Amino acid sequence: MRIGVFICHCGSNIAGTVDCAKVADAAKAFPDVVHAEDTMYACSEPGQQGIIDAIHEKNLTGVVVASCTPRMHEPTFRRAVERAGLNKYMFEMANIREHVSWIGKDKELNTNKAIDLVMMAAEKLRHNAPLMAKKFDINKRVLIIGGGVAGIQAALDCAEGGLEVVLVEKTTSIGGKMAKLDKTFPTVDCSCCILGPKMVDVAQHPNITLYAHAEVEEVNGYIGNFEIRIKQKTTYVDWEKCTGCGLCMEKCPSKKSYDHFNNGVGTTTAINIPFPQAIPKKAKIDAEYCRMFTKGKCGVCAKVCPTGAISFEMTDTEVTENVGAIVAATGYDLFDHAKYPEYGAGKYPDVITSIQYERLMSASGPTSGHIKRPSDGKEPKNVVFIQCVGSRDKSVNRPYCSGFCCMYTAKQAILTKDHIPDSRSFVFYMDIRSPGKDYDEFVRRSIEQYDTQYIRGRVSLIYPQGDKMIVRGADTLAGAQVEVEADLVVLAVGAESAAGAPQLAEKLRISYDSYGFYMESHPKLKPVETNTAGVFLAGACQGPKDIPSSVGQGSAAAAKVLSLFSKDQLESDPQIALVNASRCIGCYKCVETCPFGAVKEEQDRFNNPKARVIETICQGCGVCTVTCPQSAIQLQHFTDNQILAEVKALCPSMMVKN
Amino acid sequence: MNTYKITAADNTFTAEVEKRSGQDLNACYQCGNCTAGCPFSFAYDIQVSNIMRLVQIGQRDKVLQCHSIWLCASCQSCTTRCPNNIDVAGVMDHIRHMAREAGLATERKVKVFVDSFLDSVERHGRVYEMGLMVSYMAKTGRVFTDVELAPKVLPKGKLPLKPHSIKGKEQIAAIFKRFREVKSK
Repeated sequence: MRIGVFICHCGSNIAGTVDCAKVADAAKAFPDVVHAEDTMYACSEPGQQGIIDAIHEKNLTGVVVASCTPRMHEPTFRRAVERAGLNKYMFEMANIREHVSWIGKDKELNTNKAIDLVMMAAEKLRHNAPLMAKKFDINKRVLIIGGGVAGIQAALDCAEGGLEVVLVEKTTSIGGKMAKLDKTFPTVDCSCCILGPKMVDVAQHPNITLYAHAEVEEVNGYIGNFEIRIKQKTTYVDWEKCTGCGLCMEKCPSKKSYDHFNNGVGTTTAINIPFPQAIPKKAKIDAEYCRMFTKGKCGVCAKVCPTGAISFEMTDTEVTENVGAIVAATGYDLFDHAKYPEYGAGKYPDVITSIQYERLMSASGPTSGHIKRPSDGKEPKNVVFIQCVGSRDKSVNRPYCSGFCCMYTAKQAILTKDHIPDSRSFVFYMDIRSPGKDYDEFVRRSIEQYDTQYIRGRVSLIYPQGDKMIVRGADTLAGAQVEVEADLVVLAVGAESAAGAPQLAEKLRISYDSYGFYMESHPKLKPVETNTAGVFLAGACQGPKDIPSSVGQGSAAAAKVLSLFSKDQLESDPQIALVNASRCIGCYKCVETCPFGAVKEEQDRFNNPKARVIETICQGCGVCTVTCPQSAIQLQHFTDNQILAEVKALCPSMMVKN
Repeated sequence: MNTYKITAADNTFTAEVEKRSGQDLNACYQCGNCTAGCPFSFAYDIQVSNIMRLVQIGQRDKVLQCHSIWLCASCQSCTTRCPNNIDVAGVMDHIRHMAREAGLATERKVKVFVDSFLDSVERHGRVYEMGLMVSYMAKTGRVFTDVELAPKVLPKGKLPLKPHSIKGKEQIAAIFKRFREVKSK
């Protein structure tokens, strides 16, 4: 073998604390190394050309580059090696930036460590063999999980791009949080009026299959060929027959059901359609409140239903869908303010959350758009808004800024004045975060034109006095304690990850942060990709986001899916497990341990039991390799021999002793 | 309004308060929750959140000469409310100690009360209420302080004329002695 070694300076990133020329010199003495040099930027155009030229001039058959992490530039160098006519797996990378120069200051020690790492890479390369990728077909259908505005946008863009879309929504209607909002900032246009047409488009698009009131149970397979098990939760109403006429809602005697769509403001009937613009506009029975289920008799809805759609015996069903890509758009939930005893921990009826206030202001809400406070139905004159409730607060494990509360609070203050002209609004805030087109102007409008009193400080206590709520806080700009006699207090609750987000992440095999938000592949350059091929993100499941950003990400995820599906076949990664049949004793330990179900039990022509790896399913994790008692199953490009060669290079004396 | 010379500020002051209290003062983002909950804010010359700010910008004299640090009741409302888990009441305690060491006591009567209290404990092993009262009145001249309480507490035996003794009086006195020894080193 003829190996060439290239030591990258990475400007001063590596050369600052590593003697690159010395590393190159040392490499010249390694077995099979016929060429070694240091280079300023190996990844640059001239740097890559230098590698290609050296391959041609010195007849190299393998290349080692010592530079940054393989996550950054391994594909770059593999392509360069391939352009020079070598197999791209005849290349090894030693990470002397993240693993050496960035973490140590001692130049001599760093140089020694860099030499060790290069030696390991060269030794491994001596045991490498060319590998060939195989091609496989892809299923050009896409699953979108979550029917909020991000999921809707992704679904519509994919469907318009000619893809078949499967949209799974947990609740009985798509629309998500946006459907609950009265107006949107900074234009104060009606939320449902702008979202409604998109929801209708989803319902009517021939390429979109909508599963509402359904959840993803299991995800199998891999990019291009996922198999999804979807649980269609029972509604006790045959949606094929239900016309959404609403007669059942009029007659249902159980009128005290928790109203999920209105976040507990007012009540609804046990059988209900969540809101007039619901898509699909179908009824569902809430078994927790239905008299048929709680008391065993009633059945009024079944009697009045003109199409006979009610079925109390209905059970959950399961559907299997095959898709080639997945977009997670599961959105967010709101912080539970019961964690703040100083704000009443949820026991004061006139201390409500911002989303409940949206429902109070909405024309489709329980008060038909008239702001009435929950305790006595009176119109509030002094309304206090408290920001950062469950945001930027380490003591409740929510140190992050939710990003949109400043803006919706400014909007709610403006709307309060519109609804009740003789009202006054007070906003307790710490900082105003309004970066966005026309956002800061909007906040200023709330202050200057709508006379909203902004008070810089937190609130330490809310307590009732007569029919008022006394809000005691600080005005840090005045350097004083302040008190407001409020008729209604609105808490700007922050965003947190959706309930069940970590469980879904585990099904999708994507990672999530300590707060349950899904991790993007790169915070700047791969914002809608995940580290699992074929799974993309859109909207607030990745972190708190306002409507424009969520819509933007929905479209971005759709663009990623469309570009993935622009090819008919994908190349499989050849770095997978392979069974050496002559060594395999058929114990099937590998079958048991494989987390992807990629190893199958088979028999050879003499009927001996043998394991076989399904190449397209294997993810190359290597669990089977360490399980196999015969070392018969080997992960290609990371075989026992290759890894031992690295270990031997690193500690030769210890290996000799054994 | 004063102009604080921020660059000429006493950086050692901030570091000293941090070291003594064990609190990360950079964590304070000036939300004002400590001031919002403080039951003594009506009496303060500088609000507690402002004291935190003055410490952050190293204003030693301003902080050590303020009255609030002596009026603080150590009720811990600020510590409980702080979203950044800073022990604000503890910081106030340590600043008060620093003021005392610097020979500053802007609320002399508070200092006299505390000193009289500790003197009494040192001497008797526990507080001797009558002695404490006499000592405090003699040093401050506030003869009629809380005098209206006397008819209520006297019949209940809460204000005995002679001090109660306790077991282990000497050990208590030894604590004071040891404190002085450590301090003088």
